[in-house]
Amino acid sequence: MVAASLSTPTAAAGAAPNGWVAALLASAPDGADALAATRAQAAPALAQTPLPSRRVEAWRFTDLAPLTALKPDRLTPEPAAALPEPLAGSLRLVLDGRSDPLAGISLPAGVEPIGGDELNATLGQVLAATGSAELWPVLLNGVTARQVLALRVRGPVATTLELVSDAGAGEGILPLRLLLVLEAESSLEILQVHRSGGANLTSVVLEARLGEGAELRHGLLAPGAETGCLLATVAVEQATGSRYSGVSAHGGWALGRLEPRLVQREGAAHSTLKALQLADGRQISDTHSQMVFEGPDGRLEQLHKAVADGQGRSVFNGAVQVPREAQRTDAAQLSRNLLLSDRARIDTKPELEIVADDVRCAHGATVSRLEQDELFYLQSRGIAADQAARLLLRGFCEEVLQELPAAARPWQPLASLLGEQGR
Amino acid sequence: MIRPDAPVLLEIRDLTARVEDQPILKGVSLTIRAGEIHAVMGRNGSGKSTLSKVLAGHPAYTVTGGTVLYKGEDLLSLEPELRARAGLFLGFQYPVEIPGVSNLEFLRVATNARRAGKGEEELDTFAFEDLVRERLQVVQMDPAFLERSVNEGFSGGEKKRNEILQMALLDPLVAVLDETDSGLDIDALRIVAGGVNHLAGPDNATLLITHYQRLLDVITPDYVHVMAAGRILRTGGKELALELEERGYDWVDAELAALERTPAEVG
Repeated sequence: MVAASLSTPTAAAGAAPNGWVAALLASAPDGADALAATRAQAAPALAQTPLPSRRVEAWRFTDLAPLTALKPDRLTPEPAAALPEPLAGSLRLVLDGRSDPLAGISLPAGVEPIGGDELNATLGQVLAATGSAELWPVLLNGVTARQVLALRVRGPVATTLELVSDAGAGEGILPLRLLLVLEAESSLEILQVHRSGGANLTSVVLEARLGEGAELRHGLLAPGAETGCLLATVAVEQATGSRYSGVSAHGGWALGRLEPRLVQREGAAHSTLKALQLADGRQISDTHSQMVFEGPDGRLEQLHKAVADGQGRSVFNGAVQVPREAQRTDAAQLSRNLLLSDRARIDTKPELEIVADDVRCAHGATVSRLEQDELFYLQSRGIAADQAARLLLRGFCEEVLQELPAAARPWQPLASLLGEQGR
Repeated sequence: MIRPDAPVLLEIRDLTARVEDQPILKGVSLTIRAGEIHAVMGRNGSGKSTLSKVLAGHPAYTVTGGTVLYKGEDLLSLEPELRARAGLFLGFQYPVEIPGVSNLEFLRVATNARRAGKGEEELDTFAFEDLVRERLQVVQMDPAFLERSVNEGFSGGEKKRNEILQMALLDPLVAVLDETDSGLDIDALRIVAGGVNHLAGPDNATLLITHYQRLLDVITPDYVHVMAAGRILRTGGKELALELEERGYDWVDAELAALERTPAEVG
């Protein structure tokens, strides 16, 4: 485990605008679409923000080189690979960053698109509430995204929404912007699936606002490509009595980074974060999560699991902020890591800032290899060592994967993350 | 059942082994023929559990001398999984919990590995489910245990039943059961022992490693071996176990001390 040494972003400031960013800004789209204002704001901010470097604490272990090796332009779409049949009870929306994902779709009862002034007024609010608006991946999304999928949810929705992108083999950036507004007492299950087959960046920004007593069950499955990058920010603002349950699994990306950022505005809400990330080859799998309790009686259950093999690198930073007003907060964070090779590397760091005095905050981190006793037990039943190791690895992963929404099943989460299925 | 003409399944000769730098086995010899039930008794630390782990090929133990022939072939050169496929079974004193791996799948993969070792066809999931449901009855186990992770959250008795279920599925030629009776209440002991008796036959053999007589009240051994300080001190029939029960292990210590005063002849 690594002790926090907070270097300020100014340490890296003063760098000349990066050539990659400059090229990206030059190629940014224009037009009068719903995100025109967002782009207008993000462009100068991105130009002034230094490229994340190892000198910035939040990027200390995460080298951006695989990303800046990509073409600094929006993705040229390629014909989409065949997608598996969706499970009954789920509605698939395919996101390509250009065409309208709702075209020809009839949304389930209780779900409707948000547009016009209301969209303008709402967009970016959850990013601001979670302190995410100035994050580099969010700014990057801000200058490139031209389309937003914005939905309002009323009442319980039985259908699972599947939000799917496949960056394919094309080069460039696929920006996806999502907004969900869950009215009080509503409930929804969504599954994001982001795939790639080439040298491209999938940039995802999801904002979700949960009204009082609302429930969002949120899965994110992202099996990547050797040269592909993923930057995903999930910003969630919770009112009292709401429940957010996020389950994510990503791996196989040259650089894959998830940033779930949650805020319980008045506390008294329930948040669950379960995550699995894998890094093999020379891949980097990164999660920087942040949970802020702004009122009393909030709960967090967080389990973060990582597997590093080859020369892969896994990074986890789990920030939990419990200010004075957040009395009786109950937060538990556990980071469990499996190190499968001598050349792989795991950095894991809980980052708890606790000011309130009447709280329960537990955290723990383990890094281990496959247990010799478990391997021997399987071998003693006739199971070959390599197959035994696979079974144990699968067992390690399944604890998180089985929590994904059922709609994830046709995507074969484990096989896709381990690169075991034909595409 | 003792038949002098029955084929020898396991022949251990002068076996020595250590864990880290600590010698544990100091010359164990034992011959087991088809149809026989052997019991190895001894105090904690006498080396009886080490013997079972060495036979199964646990990587923490290093064999430093001696031979083990299994059906006439060198056992010690085989990887643990090959020993299992050839029909050697170790029932663990502390069965290992494996979170996230379904018991049903584990049992199926193990059963098929053993079947391949016997030259039989693999069972598909449906055929296997039929087999496992039938074998569950041997240990009176609830099918719900199949859906859980291997041994995870099982009570001591449930873990031991799961071991005997594995034994029932793997159809071993030589089953080494390490302290199978430990941690069992009397009902569980009866069920587990019933399973072992049910599976014992004229063509296979069982080696019970135990501390107490009570297991031998329900499984009658043909031979009882008393182990101390890494070797077999005395071998007898089932009455030897009763003698141990009555007299305790103190006489073993005395005998051992006498033995160590007069160094055994090398030959």
